[in-house]
Amino acid sequence: MTRAKRKRLIYNLVTFGLVIAAFIILQNMIATKSISRSLKGQLVPICAWIVMAVSLNLVIGFSGELSLGHAGFMSVGAYTGAVISGWLLNGMNMEDPTLRLVLAILCGGVVAGIVGALIGIPVLRLRGDYLAIVTLAFGEIIRSLVNVLYVGTADGRLYFSFLKNRLPDNVTILVDGAKGAVKVKPVSTFTVGFILVLITLVIVLNLVHSRAGRAIQATRDNRIAAESMGVSVTRYKMMAFVTAAVLAGMAGALYGLNASTVIPTQFTFNQSINVLVFVVLGGLGNVLGSVISATFLTILPEVLREFADYRMLVYAVVLILVMIFTNNPLIRSIANRAFAPVKALFRGKKAAAKENKGGDAQ
Amino acid sequence: MSEQKKHRSDTKMVPVPSHSIVPERDVDEIPVLETRHLGIEFGGLKAVDDFNLTIGKTEIAGLIGPNGAGKTTVFNLLTKVYEPTTGAVLINGRDLHGMSIVQASRLGIARTFQNIRLFDKMTVEENVRIGLHNQIRYDMFSGILRLPRYWKQEKRQHERAMELLDLFGMQDLADEVSGSLPYGAQRRLEIVRALATDPKLLLLDEPAAGMNPHETEELMENIAKIRNLFKIAILLIEHDMSLVMGVCEGICVLNFGKIIAKGTADEIQANPAVIEAYLGKKKEG
Repeated sequence: MTRAKRKRLIYNLVTFGLVIAAFIILQNMIATKSISRSLKGQLVPICAWIVMAVSLNLVIGFSGELSLGHAGFMSVGAYTGAVISGWLLNGMNMEDPTLRLVLAILCGGVVAGIVGALIGIPVLRLRGDYLAIVTLAFGEIIRSLVNVLYVGTADGRLYFSFLKNRLPDNVTILVDGAKGAVKVKPVSTFTVGFILVLITLVIVLNLVHSRAGRAIQATRDNRIAAESMGVSVTRYKMMAFVTAAVLAGMAGALYGLNASTVIPTQFTFNQSINVLVFVVLGGLGNVLGSVISATFLTILPEVLREFADYRMLVYAVVLILVMIFTNNPLIRSIANRAFAPVKALFRGKKAAAKENKGGDAQ
Repeated sequence: MSEQKKHRSDTKMVPVPSHSIVPERDVDEIPVLETRHLGIEFGGLKAVDDFNLTIGKTEIAGLIGPNGAGKTTVFNLLTKVYEPTTGAVLINGRDLHGMSIVQASRLGIARTFQNIRLFDKMTVEENVRIGLHNQIRYDMFSGILRLPRYWKQEKRQHERAMELLDLFGMQDLADEVSGSLPYGAQRRLEIVRALATDPKLLLLDEPAAGMNPHETEELMENIAKIRNLFKIAILLIEHDMSLVMGVCEGICVLNFGKIIAKGTADEIQANPAVIEAYLGKKKEG
C-alpha cells in the first residue's frame, strides 16, 4: 500500500468513525434521557446540514465551481418530500411513516437532480463565474415559484396549480402558496438522518477517489490540461453538480419532513451562504471538515440563545476567530507538535488498519 | 482518373516543399500529421499563415523560430485549442475539422505546455492516472459502489502509471503532490502524463526551458528513448539549439507565422533565410 493510499484510508476511517461514534453516543443519551430538549430537536437538522455541506463541498472543493443556490435544491427536495409524503398518506393511505420518509427522500433527490441537470446543461459549458450567477438567480426563482404554488390531493391524484381557486373543491391542500407546505406529518427520524449522512459520505468519498472523481479534480486544477488529456470537462462538472443537487434534495426532504410546515422563506439566499460558510470553514475539499463545521455551526446559534439580541454578533466573532486560528501557521505548528504523540499512536495502529482494509477489499 | 487529376491539380496549387522532412523509413506510411494551408487570424493579424508540414510515423521533428513567430499558436491549432481560419489538420489521415480538444486527444495527439500545466493539487501518480483516463476506464457507479470492476481497473491504472513513472525514474515521487515537485521533475511529469494517453503524436512545447545543461542532456536521451520505445512521432518547440540539432531529424523554421525553411539540421544551419531571421540582415556597404 502506498503512502498516499494509507493516508486516505486513515482519513476515511476517522471520518466514518467519528460520525458513527457520535451516533452511538447520542443514541445512548436519548435512551437514558440525558440529552437537552433543544439539542434533541437539532439532531435531524444537523444531519441535513451535514449532507448539504458535504454535497456543496463536492461542487466547490472538488470541481472548483462556485454554486450560490444550494438552498434552492434543498427547497426543491423539501417541497417534493412534503408533497410525496402527504400524497402517500392522504391519497394512498400509506401508514408506515419510515417508508413514507424514505420514499419522500428518494423522490426529493430525484426531482432536485433533474432540476440540477436542467440548470447545469447550459451553464456548465461556459467558463468563469456564470454558475455562481445562475445558481444565485435559480435560488430566488425557486423561492418565488413555491410562493405561489398550490398542490392538493384527492382520490389518490395530485393537483398542481399557481391559482388556489383552480384546485378542485374536494382536495386536501398539501402546499398552500406563501403559507408553504401545511399540515406536514413530521416523520423524519435521527436514525434515517444518520443513514443519509453515511450514504452521502460513502458517495462523496468513493466518488472523489475514483476515475470520475480524479477527472473532476483535474478539471478544477487545470481545465485546458484536463481537456488535452481527453477528459470531457463539461461531463465531469455536470457529474459533480448533479450528484450534489441530488444529495441536497435528499437533505431537503429530510429537513422538510422534520417539522409540521415547510415555508418558502426557510430556503433563502442566506441559507445558501450559510452552507457556503460551513464548506469554507471546514476547508475546500475537506469532507471531514465540512461534517465538523456543519455540526458545530448548527449547534452554535442555539447555544448562543442566552445572548439574545447579540446572538448573531457573537456568531460572527466566533466564526472569525476560528478562521484566524485554524489558518495561523504558528498555531498550526503548535497544534501539529501537540498532536505528534497521537499521530505516533496511530502509526502503531496502521498495521492493524491495513489488515482490516485488506479483508474489506476481498 | 478524375481523382488522380484532382490530386494533380491540388499539388499544382500547393507547392510541395522541396525539402520534405519525412525520414525514409516512414515514407510509405500514412503521415501521423499533415497540415494543409493551416492558418489563423486574430483580428486581421495573421498569426500563422499557410503552414504546411508533414511528419512521419516515427519521426522526431523540431519547430523553431524567434520569439513571437507563432510556434505555440501552431501547437494550439494542432490540438484544437484554436479553430483554424484556413486550412486543415490531418492526424493519421483524419481531418480534425470541427473536433473539440477532447476528440483530438482521443485521435492520438498529446502535448505538454510551455508554462507547466499540471494538476498541482493532485499527486504525481494521480496526474498520470488522468492521462490514463481514456485508456483504462470504468463508470462512475462502479467507482461509488466499489464493484469488482473498480478494484480491477484501479489496479491496472496503478500498475501502468508506475510503469510509466519508472521509465523516467520518478517512481519514488509517485505520492508527492505534483505542485511541490522541483521544476525539472514537473516538466518530466508532464511528458509522462502525455505519454499515458497513448498518443501517436507527442507535442513538446519548450521541454528544456529552465533546465541546466545536464538536465537537457538527460532530456535528449529521454526523447530518443520515447521514440524508440513507443514508436511514436514527436514534434518539439525549443530554443535550445544543441537539443534541436542533436535530436531532431527534420526541422521547420517559422518566422512571423510563415515557414521560412525546412530541412535537416545541417541544411537549416546553412540556410541564409534562417540566419537572417535570427541575426538580422547584414547592412549593405
